[in-house]
Amino acid sequence: MDARKLRADFPIFEQEVRGKPLAYLDSAVSAHKPRQVLDKLRTFYETSYANVHRGVYTLSELATAEYEGAREKVARFVNANEARELIFTHGATESINLVAYAWGLDNLGPGDVVVVTELEHHSNFVPWQYIAKRTGAAFRAIPLDDRGELRLDTLDEIARSGNVKVVANNLVSNALGTINPVERLGAWAHEQGAIMVVDAAQAAPHHAVDVQQLDCDFLAFSAHKMCGPTSVGALWGRAELLEAMAPFNLGGHMIRSVKLEETTWGQLPYKFEAGTQPIAEAVGFGAAIDYLNDVGLDAIEDHERELLVYALERMAEVPGLVTYGPAPERRAGIISFNLETVHPHDVAQILDMEGVAIRAGHHCCQPLMAKLGVAATNRASFYLYTIPEEIDRLVEGLHKAQKLLAQ
Amino acid sequence: MSEFDQMYREVILDHYKNPRGHGELDDADAHAEGQNPLCGDEVSIFVAFGEDGDTIDEVKFSGRGCAISQAATSMLTEMVKGRSAAEVAALPRDELLDEIGIPLTPVRLKCALLGLSTLKLALHKARGTPLPEEWAGASSDLELK
Repeated sequence: MDARKLRADFPIFEQEVRGKPLAYLDSAVSAHKPRQVLDKLRTFYETSYANVHRGVYTLSELATAEYEGAREKVARFVNANEARELIFTHGATESINLVAYAWGLDNLGPGDVVVVTELEHHSNFVPWQYIAKRTGAAFRAIPLDDRGELRLDTLDEIARSGNVKVVANNLVSNALGTINPVERLGAWAHEQGAIMVVDAAQAAPHHAVDVQQLDCDFLAFSAHKMCGPTSVGALWGRAELLEAMAPFNLGGHMIRSVKLEETTWGQLPYKFEAGTQPIAEAVGFGAAIDYLNDVGLDAIEDHERELLVYALERMAEVPGLVTYGPAPERRAGIISFNLETVHPHDVAQILDMEGVAIRAGHHCCQPLMAKLGVAATNRASFYLYTIPEEIDRLVEGLHKAQKLLAQ
Repeated sequence: MSEFDQMYREVILDHYKNPRGHGELDDADAHAEGQNPLCGDEVSIFVAFGEDGDTIDEVKFSGRGCAISQAATSMLTEMVKGRSAAEVAALPRDELLDEIGIPLTPVRLKCALLGLSTLKLALHKARGTPLPEEWAGASSDLELK
């Protein structure tokens, strides 16, 4: 794959930032959109848009076919058995909240244990902490060792502490890039009779995800990190679990029948899609999946690993620079780092003046930051359109920050 | 002067590298801690009043933060020493921002004002006066403990 050629698909790179070509090293927070996705959104609105599943008229049927076609694409992307196991949501956060509320409130209670890890994004941490508290279940986080790896040696002790009912883990850490041993955790979860919930928000854009191979029960991801629109994402879940669950949002479209005395729920996936959905966004999500499939997930992963190795090597030249996270072979294209004595805000500001966009902050991972003993880190992250020159400019900017502000 | 040179101009770098009023006071008459949840930065402010119970005799700060927040808080300590607590509790933020004298984006504005907000909180607490409106609502981005 040729990143330089792909880059031409992304109109955002046609502009300059502060008089310099944009170097965008923040794809882990959100990815840019190729023309193919933008064109699809426009064409859909101009030629096929109507509300879905409502009208008997032609336009509504066209829109419904596009929306359901997108569902099939997204379902195939994660190797779901059936498209009805794929619920459109507003993003990975809503997907996880859906499981935490709709499954958690009816299946958790005192004596049960909800297990997350210290490496989670707040979106796969806070909902579980909250639902555990609401239901009286215990809440445990698998700790990290000094290298930021999950301490799986603590699992036996956690298993002895109660009935483990939920295990929730991210497939790829957004803060460190760690590719986590989700299959192993899933096997352990199932031994305990627990469900395995996988946050794939950071994995799905970069890494082929197969729910059969992962042997998980729920998988959450967002379109906007995968070259798709904002405000749409997906929850994949095992049909038998989804069918047994109460609904999450209630309202139009998710019902079978509504009477004064009682309402009954519609079938999957509509039971979980109350109200007007992000229709065009879902169609755009489908176009993004087409785009990623055309490039190839394996090619994207290889490209990012090459960039990662190159960046780690170049960044080692910067005096006082500390990186966090595992070895490249167990890591996605994400580098969290600090410059000794220079605050991440200042690093990011100085880089911005060079037209280089990176993230500085806690990355919605305050428990991890506490473990690392820092308030914040800098984070550079890569995607299919990232080129080595952007990393060179990052390194130049880091030298500049070091020279100006190091004490 | 380029925007870059403006932002990290000499006086900012000087205050950042040699902060005035850095430290803590054991017997502070007024004290507060502030946190910027955006980046986790923290600042503690300590104030000692003069015999009249109103003049700011000494003001110290500790904590961690970016160059802008550290330099701004350092400048603030110089600016308020010898002034009346009642006056400083109502200090217009532009007085500090003029002194800092660099263009600030909305995000960096929070960094620059962390020290001032925390100082005001300390003074209001010590004087028993109601908190300014900006902290009363949930709209505040500064989390003041």
